Amino acid sequence: MNQAQSFTLDGADVPYRPGQTIIQAALAAGRYIPHLCYHPEFKPHGSCKLCTVKVDGRDMAACTTPAAPGIAVESDTQEINDQRRMLVQMLFVEGNHFCPSCEQSGNCMLQAVAYDLGVMSPRFSHLYPSRPVDASHPEILLDFDRCILCELCIRASAEVDRKSVFALSGRGITKRLIVNAASGRLADTNLAASDKATQVCPVGVILRKGGAFAVPIGKRKYDLKPISARALEDAPRPPGARHG
Amino acid sequence: MPNDTLPEPGVDDALNRNRRDPARLVQILREVQTQYGYISPAALTHIAGAVGLPRARVEGVAGFYSFLHTRPAGRYRVLFSDNITDRMQGSGRLFDYFCSKLWLERGKTSEDGLIRADLTSCTGLCDQGPALLVNGFAIPRLTEERLDAIIDLIRARIPVPAWPHEHFEITENVRRKDILLDHALQPGDAIRAAIARGPRAGLETASNERSWREAVLSAPQGPVATLEEIKRSNLRGRGGAGFTTGLKWEACRSALGQMRYVVCNADEGEPGTFKDRVLLTRYADLVIEGMTVCAYVIGAARGFIYLRGEYRHLLDPLEEVLEARRNAYLLGHGIMGQPGLDFDIEIHVGAGAYICGEESALIESLEGRRGVPRNRPPYPVTHGYLQQPTIVNNVETFCAAALIAIHGGEWYRGFGTAKSAGTKLLSVSGDCARPGVYEYPFGVTIRDVLEDCGAVDTQAVQVSGPSGVCLDETEFGRRIAFEDVPTAGSFMVFNRQRDMFEVARNFSHFFAHESCGFCTPCRVGTTLLRNCMDKLHAGHGSQHDLTEIVDIARVLQATSHCGLGHTACNPLFDTLKKFRPSYERRLSSLAFSPAFDLDGALAAARQMTGRDDAGAHLQPEAAEGAGR
Repeated sequence: MNQAQSFTLDGADVPYRPGQTIIQAALAAGRYIPHLCYHPEFKPHGSCKLCTVKVDGRDMAACTTPAAPGIAVESDTQEINDQRRMLVQMLFVEGNHFCPSCEQSGNCMLQAVAYDLGVMSPRFSHLYPSRPVDASHPEILLDFDRCILCELCIRASAEVDRKSVFALSGRGITKRLIVNAASGRLADTNLAASDKATQVCPVGVILRKGGAFAVPIGKRKYDLKPISARALEDAPRPPGARHG
Repeated sequence: MPNDTLPEPGVDDALNRNRRDPARLVQILREVQTQYGYISPAALTHIAGAVGLPRARVEGVAGFYSFLHTRPAGRYRVLFSDNITDRMQGSGRLFDYFCSKLWLERGKTSEDGLIRADLTSCTGLCDQGPALLVNGFAIPRLTEERLDAIIDLIRARIPVPAWPHEHFEITENVRRKDILLDHALQPGDAIRAAIARGPRAGLETASNERSWREAVLSAPQGPVATLEEIKRSNLRGRGGAGFTTGLKWEACRSALGQMRYVVCNADEGEPGTFKDRVLLTRYADLVIEGMTVCAYVIGAARGFIYLRGEYRHLLDPLEEVLEARRNAYLLGHGIMGQPGLDFDIEIHVGAGAYICGEESALIESLEGRRGVPRNRPPYPVTHGYLQQPTIVNNVETFCAAALIAIHGGEWYRGFGTAKSAGTKLLSVSGDCARPGVYEYPFGVTIRDVLEDCGAVDTQAVQVSGPSGVCLDETEFGRRIAFEDVPTAGSFMVFNRQRDMFEVARNFSHFFAHESCGFCTPCRVGTTLLRNCMDKLHAGHGSQHDLTEIVDIARVLQATSHCGLGHTACNPLFDTLKKFRPSYERRLSSLAFSPAFDLDGALAAARQMTGRDDAGAHLQPEAAEGAGR
């Protein structure tokens, strides 16, 4: 007998294929779990911790925990969403985020997740790190103030572009994104504007120059639909499955 | 342009000594750091090219470890140990004394590039502090006189290796011995015993000439029989987590892989712990013997000792022990004449990262990367070093395994309690007359230890370091054992004169400094907690901050990637619960939360204008506003 395997998410049955993680199975089944560092095209690494769920009562990252038959997963609960709100608040005070003047406003996952979870204030004192902009590259601008250290650009540059333009340095709260050049300037790397690494930033660090307001604020990705709906549309799913 | 300059001549020597192996990147960087005081941009570029890694990756590794610098950091790099025990012994005052005599600012290299002074996490000399590291070498028992002598040596530009030996004399302070510290084994005894555990029948068969093949067939029984003894002993890991050693070895032995590895975790970073330093100094043969027994059991040919950077002074003596054992056929090819019993050990030296004591982060570091804990499963027993089955055990665990190989599991189980077999080494420090290393059978009470070490008027004991548990006097009847108070070995004593809030604040600084930064809750949360504690310390806290601490700590516990984040809030929870008045007397208001000191903010303006009259202060208003 080849019965489809499944687990429950907030009480509802979610089918999965062996090898899928909880978040992959959930998104494919039209069930949203908030996330930032997870991207359907890359191997999950589980650093943002927004997708933390309770698996049979234990806290686990949904993006790195394999789906297993019969497990009971809790995600959309007051307690877990409170945790998520605090994680988002932590990310907001760690960097320098000025949504009203940011050209990614409306396309930014951090902002969208914050709205979707109902985060109303940064709560904590801002840390105000000093993170100078790198405008050296002719086509790409790096605004490190907005970096949430999801490592997607690092993964894309290494795994897809085979260039390793980006890496991490520092440790703890001083951890930061660096580029592959002795000068420390993006212009001195071999990054091309067409690289995958320029397309995966969930926030507003890696920006294409010259097109910032081609789509006006109010008509952008997450202005039209909340991220909880968009993420389901973007999720890969088996052919024939209906979009949630 | 720095990238146009040539790398220093010694960089190639460091590369060649390490076979240009990217897995040895941390060792390469450490050696260049030692020779030149920092790793220059040209050196980074050159090393990246030589080992075949992107430059940014190499720069990222150098940026991860506290003892590696990518900017000139002074010819003399002086790091004062900043554990709470050093603080209690006056390290704060001594650090200020040192800095003011040399006109230094904390963490800034002097104008002439001669010296840089900073604080560092516990250096494992709590029984003889305050301590410091100069260019990686430890100096204990600091006094103003000793600092004066050090300042003279630095001013005279005498290289550290030529400094008087007396400054570097570290004592072992072994205070209580039991089966482990009192063992009377000779090098090779445990290996010989392990081999001899192969069934007697097989050996007799060989001697009565029937068939040598049968004898060879019996040879693989030695590892299995030894493994059975380890399992029978019920030995559990001594690094803190307490996983059953026999099961770990068995899982590794039966895992699929091309190579197997044995790693000794000598990254003894938990503040207040120093028993591994003593074991590696006085009992190195026993440690290595235990590793060799493990290699014999699981079938490993290569091993590593991951020695924390703070124990750099142990590197040369340990290399000598390894060499002596090679010469005695206790390491290398065909150990003790056993065909196929090949095992050798390399020492990797850490570079200042507490997180590398976590086994998967340690393996990352061994492979030349940033010490970030891996996602698990898979676990190191199946996918460890270079994705091969790997055993990572604590220094003390290997010592116990060597004893069990000789005396057997039943014998070992005869010590300790029903659930915690054997003995435990405690590193005792803080407010007591006789700090040092104490070995007890499991089950000893906190009170007994306090009595033995000469502690009086004790208010609290921090067991197993900041990530462990803080016990108040109502709990001194509890026992050191996995089923009651488990410990990796740290035992810090605080008398009634100590302010337990300051103890917790010191620990919050420790975790913020040592968080690897991989996951959001630990990276940001440990810093927010530290800031909250500093705010309370400065007298700007309110009741709201106490609830914030609890809320942040809960999220850390629930969502962090590894044990560091999960346990970072333990000292705050414990002291808030057991010593709440030490927090509450600092609150400037129970009702509202002054985020900053308005009058204090004017201090810079007063300094710039040279004014200090009443009109330059907000104090009268502030007093009025408080109105109580």
